[in-house]
Amino acid sequence: MSIARRSPVRTGFVHLALIAYTVIALFPVVLTIINSFKTKNAIFRAPLAPPNFETFSLTGYQTVLTQGDFAGYFQNSVIVTVVSIFFVLLFGAMAAFALSEYRFKGNSLMGLYLAIGIMIPIRLGTVAILQGMVAAGLVNTLTALILVYTAQGLPLAVFILSEFMRSVSDDLKNAGRIDGLSEYAIFFRLVLPLVRPAMATVAVFTMIPIWNDLWFPLILAPGEATKTVTLGSQMFIGQFVTNWNAVLSALSLAIFPVLVLYVIFSRQLIRGITSGAVK
Amino acid sequence: MSEAAVSAPYARTLPVAAKRPRRWHIVVFLLPALIVYSAVMILPLIETLRLSLFNVVDGQPAFVGLANFRVLFGDARWAADFWNALRNNFIFFVIHMLVQNPIGVALAAMLSIPKLRFAAFYRTAIFLPTLLSFVIVGFIWKLILSPIWGVSPWLMDLVGLKSFFSPWLGKPGSALIAVSLISVWQYVGIPMMLIYAALLSIPEEVIEAAECDGITGWGQFWKIKLPLILPAIGIISILTFVGNFNAFDLIYTVQGALAGPDKSTDVLGTLLYRTFFGFQLQLGDRSMGATIATVMFLIILAGVSLYLFGIQRRIRRYQF
Repeated sequence: MSIARRSPVRTGFVHLALIAYTVIALFPVVLTIINSFKTKNAIFRAPLAPPNFETFSLTGYQTVLTQGDFAGYFQNSVIVTVVSIFFVLLFGAMAAFALSEYRFKGNSLMGLYLAIGIMIPIRLGTVAILQGMVAAGLVNTLTALILVYTAQGLPLAVFILSEFMRSVSDDLKNAGRIDGLSEYAIFFRLVLPLVRPAMATVAVFTMIPIWNDLWFPLILAPGEATKTVTLGSQMFIGQFVTNWNAVLSALSLAIFPVLVLYVIFSRQLIRGITSGAVK
Repeated sequence: MSEAAVSAPYARTLPVAAKRPRRWHIVVFLLPALIVYSAVMILPLIETLRLSLFNVVDGQPAFVGLANFRVLFGDARWAADFWNALRNNFIFFVIHMLVQNPIGVALAAMLSIPKLRFAAFYRTAIFLPTLLSFVIVGFIWKLILSPIWGVSPWLMDLVGLKSFFSPWLGKPGSALIAVSLISVWQYVGIPMMLIYAALLSIPEEVIEAAECDGITGWGQFWKIKLPLILPAIGIISILTFVGNFNAFDLIYTVQGALAGPDKSTDVLGTLLYRTFFGFQLQLGDRSMGATIATVMFLIILAGVSLYLFGIQRRIRRYQF
């Protein structure tokens, strides 16, 4: 019925508008990547042309890979992100289970307390976080970043996961109890496998801000050995501002992992958002 | 937040509770999250608020009451910087609300047209910039807007507007707008997705009823769909508010810690960074850093409270 009503002209305009915006969204990224494979002359003479036999060059990548320790930065980012997500999911799911499954004194107060962090950014406590990390001797360690990101990710994780855990059938859990399962076994063996889709959504939501964060790496772990990709490329590009090949290649290298992850997880992410995980 | 959060049926677990007065597993389940969250987030936040009431007097930390705030608002140099940052931050927020959110709503409205071809592709492509880090986004746009590379003038020449090009990021009058628009470009995907989800959840019957009454096209969007997605627009507004008044990375990447030219892109986040860590000749000042963080906290708290108690309760929610 809606098809019959909609004129092809209108649909055409809709496509035109969407294509126009898609071009705006992708153009800067594509421009960076194609120019990173070109010689310096070609970058300036014909910025929009894709690389060809004459203009193809990898000098930028050579500079980046010899001058900056990108493999090391990449490794740091992966460690920080993966370990933080692990703890966010484990601790978050445990707390969410306690809040959604048991009735105890202070339950809703606890829920509110954990929800503060959804709205109030952890950055505002930076002054005291740095002080605490200095006192604990954790400055310039990945542990500092992992602790901060775990705390940052927990509130939203608890909130989303407890919504999902309420939908797990009570009969199933009671059957487990009758069979003599402990509360821990009920959580780990019955409930966790059932909320796996929600865990994946939370993982994706937690991952993006951690991977992209510049503030905490800059403040808590600016040392060469603990730089993340985001901080590493920020500093590297800052040093090589005039070397366009190097800058474009460094940017492309920083974009690449995000692109790969997006291709893998985009369906999960979009389903997570559109299924109302963030209400 | 969810209304049903607390009222789930728990009656069943009550007898169990009566039999076992201490249920240690609840503590075990809650404790790890509570410890990390309290130790790394809540306590530092409180400590930062507390530090804003202290300063170094004669080499010793001392309680100074509201003196730090008096300096921030009263001292000519501090006040100039602070009000400048606050004003810029407000403009930054207003540009997001006026540009990012309407574009997001428009894109979502187009994407939610039933049986639109390539909708999944458009959605995926338009959301991509949101996932990139500020560092990547900042540098890419810095290159594109750079008069040295000449991509922007060349593109504007295509539509005959070359004479309007100027190095926007380098001019005090346009730098803030340029930086805001870069941020809008990056984040338009979030309002788009949330509105899209809200539009999809409108039941078919409501739309059909509207069509039976002869309300279609634009009228249908304004009269039927927009009122139904108002709660989603409210959430987007508060998310934008919190994100904007906490912004730092993009401006630090594009314009540096000094937020140039001439502090025209300085927002509270960059002011906090410069104050706390110092830059060039200025030394870092922990007390004043905590003071600025406290002011940011109060601004964000005020915005969130206004939303939770003023706006969210008044928005009518329709249950289907």
